[in-house]
Amino acid sequence: MAVRRRPLLAKIAMHLGLVPFLLFAVFPFYFMALTSLKTDRELYDREAVPLLIRQGPTLEHYKTLIWETGFLTWTKNSLLVTILATTVSVVIGTIAAYALARLRFFGVGPFGTGIFVTYLVPTSLLFLPLAQVVHWLGLADSKWALVVTYPTFLVPFCTWLLMGYFRTVPKEVEECAMVDGATRLQALMRIVLPIAIPGLVCAVLFAFTLSWNEFIYALTFTSSSEEITASVGITQELIRGDIYFWGGLMAGAVLGSVPIVILYVFFLDYYVSGLTAGAVK
Amino acid sequence: MAIGHVSVRPAVPRPRLRIRELLDRERFLGPAFVSPALLLIVLLVAYPFCMALYFALSNSFIGRPSHFVGLSNFVALWESDAFRQTFQNGFVFTGAAVGLKLVLGISLALLLNEQLWFKRMIRGAVLMPWVIPTALSTLGWWWMFNSLYSVVNWTGIALGLLDPPGPNWLGQKYYAMTAVVAVNVWRGLPFFAITILAGLVSIPSEMYEAAEADGAGAGARFWHITLPMLKPVLAIVVLFSTIFTFSDFNIVYVLTHGGPINSTHLFATLARQIGLESGQIGQGAAISLYLFPVLVLVVWGQLTFVRRQAN
Repeated sequence: MAVRRRPLLAKIAMHLGLVPFLLFAVFPFYFMALTSLKTDRELYDREAVPLLIRQGPTLEHYKTLIWETGFLTWTKNSLLVTILATTVSVVIGTIAAYALARLRFFGVGPFGTGIFVTYLVPTSLLFLPLAQVVHWLGLADSKWALVVTYPTFLVPFCTWLLMGYFRTVPKEVEECAMVDGATRLQALMRIVLPIAIPGLVCAVLFAFTLSWNEFIYALTFTSSSEEITASVGITQELIRGDIYFWGGLMAGAVLGSVPIVILYVFFLDYYVSGLTAGAVK
Repeated sequence: MAIGHVSVRPAVPRPRLRIRELLDRERFLGPAFVSPALLLIVLLVAYPFCMALYFALSNSFIGRPSHFVGLSNFVALWESDAFRQTFQNGFVFTGAAVGLKLVLGISLALLLNEQLWFKRMIRGAVLMPWVIPTALSTLGWWWMFNSLYSVVNWTGIALGLLDPPGPNWLGQKYYAMTAVVAVNVWRGLPFFAITILAGLVSIPSEMYEAAEADGAGAGARFWHITLPMLKPVLAIVVLFSTIFTFSDFNIVYVLTHGGPINSTHLFATLARQIGLESGQIGQGAAISLYLFPVLVLVVWGQLTFVRRQAN
C-alpha cells in the first residue's frame, strides 16, 4: 500500500492512535523492571503510588537472586540446552531444506508435507508420551532430555524457513559452478550457503529464541534444581510460602529475559522478517 | 600377454571417490540430506503420537502395567465436570483471543503502515511481547493482577474506571478468563500486526489511486480494496493462531493453574494436571488428543489454501 503524505495534524493523530498499543505492549516490562528495583518497604506499602520509585531504587532483589538461589545454575542449563539444540537443529534443518528446495528424489513431496505438518504440531499435544520416551532413553530429570527433544519443533521450523530462502537463490548460479567442475556439495558450501546467510541468521535467532522460551517440555522432563532451565527455575523455585517474594520474582523474570533482549536489540530486522516468513512463505 | 592383461583390467576407483560421486547424484544426496530430519520426526514425533493413541485407549497409570480399555477414558472424561468445563473454556478462550487479535492486529497494522517518526523503535516496542519468554512475562502479569497490590486496579481506580477495591482478577470466574485472554492477546498481537503489515505493504498503490479517482472514501477503500486484498494473509494468520491459541499452556499454567474451580483450564493444562500430577496418563493423553482434530483442520485449511494460491 502506498505510504501517503499526510498533513501534520493527521500525522499527530496517527501517533496518538498508537499510544494505547505501545502502552499495552511495553507497560508490563516497565512494571516488572520497576518492581524488581523497589525496596520491600515501598513494594508492600498500599498507600504508595505503584507506578514510580519514590524511596530510592535497590539492587537487593538481584543480589539475593544471584547469590542465594540456583539462578546461575538454571541460566547455565538454559544456555547449554539452547546452544546445543540450536546448533543441531540448524544443521539438520539446513540440509533438509536444501534437499526439499533443490533436489528431485523419491518421496520429496510427502516429506515436505510431513515437515509442514510437524511444524504445526503444538508441544502440548505430545508432552505426555514424550516424557515416557525420555524415561526410556535414561534421560529422566536431565537437561539432556531437552537437547534431544527441542529439535522436534526446531527442525521443522528451520527447514520451513530456510526452504523459502533457498528457493530465492537462482538455480543458474549453482549450475554455473557445477559446470565449472564443482561438485554439488562444493556448490552448496561455497555458493548457496553464503547467499542464504540472512536466512541462516534468521533460523539461528528463531531457534535460539524458541528454545530459550520453551516451557512445557522443560517443566515436564526436568525437576531437580541442578537440571532445570531458567524459565522453570524462576516460575517454580522462587515462589515462597509468604507473600514477600515479588521483588525477587520480578528480578528473575527480568534477568531471565536478558539474553533474548540482547539478541533482539541487535537483530530486530531479522526478527521482523523471520516472523512473516515463518507463517506466510 | 602381460601387457594385454594390464590393458583390460578395469580401473577400480578409490572408495572415497565413489562416495563423492554418489553424493553428486540427486537420488542419493536427497535422501541422505533428509534422513536426519526424517529419523527425528519418526522417533520423536510420529512414534510418541502412536503412543498417545495407545495411552488414550488404555488405563495407563504412572508405575503400573496397563490394559486396553477401549474408549472408556473418553466416556469418563465426558462424565467429568472438569473436562466439560475445559472443553467449553477451550472454545471461549480461542474464539475471544483470536477474534480480538484479528481486530486489534488489523488496526495496529494500518497504523504501522503510515509514515511514522521513530519507525524502528515503534516496531521494536510492538514486537517485544512476542520475543520475551512467555512464562516469565506472564509472571509480570500475575503480579499486575495480584489480589492485594494489583496495579491494574490501582490505575483503574485512579482514572475513575473502577470502584475500589476493584475486582479480584484471578480469583473470580469471569474475571480470570478475561485476564487469561488479555495476556494471550498481549502476547499474540505482534504476530498478527507484523504479518498483516507485510500483507498491507504488498497491495499495489495503483488500486488506491484508481479508487480515489472514482471518488471512494477511506471507509469504502478499506472495505473494497484493503480487506479483500488482505484475505489470504488474514486466513493464514487466523489458522496459524487458532492451533497455537487452542493448545496454549504457559499463560494459564502460570497465571491461574486452571482455577478458580477449573474456570480457566485449557486442554493442555488439564492434560498435565490429570496425566502427571494425578498420574492418570491414559486420561491425560486422551485430553491432549482433543487438540488433534483442531490440528487436522488447520493443516487441511493451510494446505488447500497454499495449493489454491500456487495455482
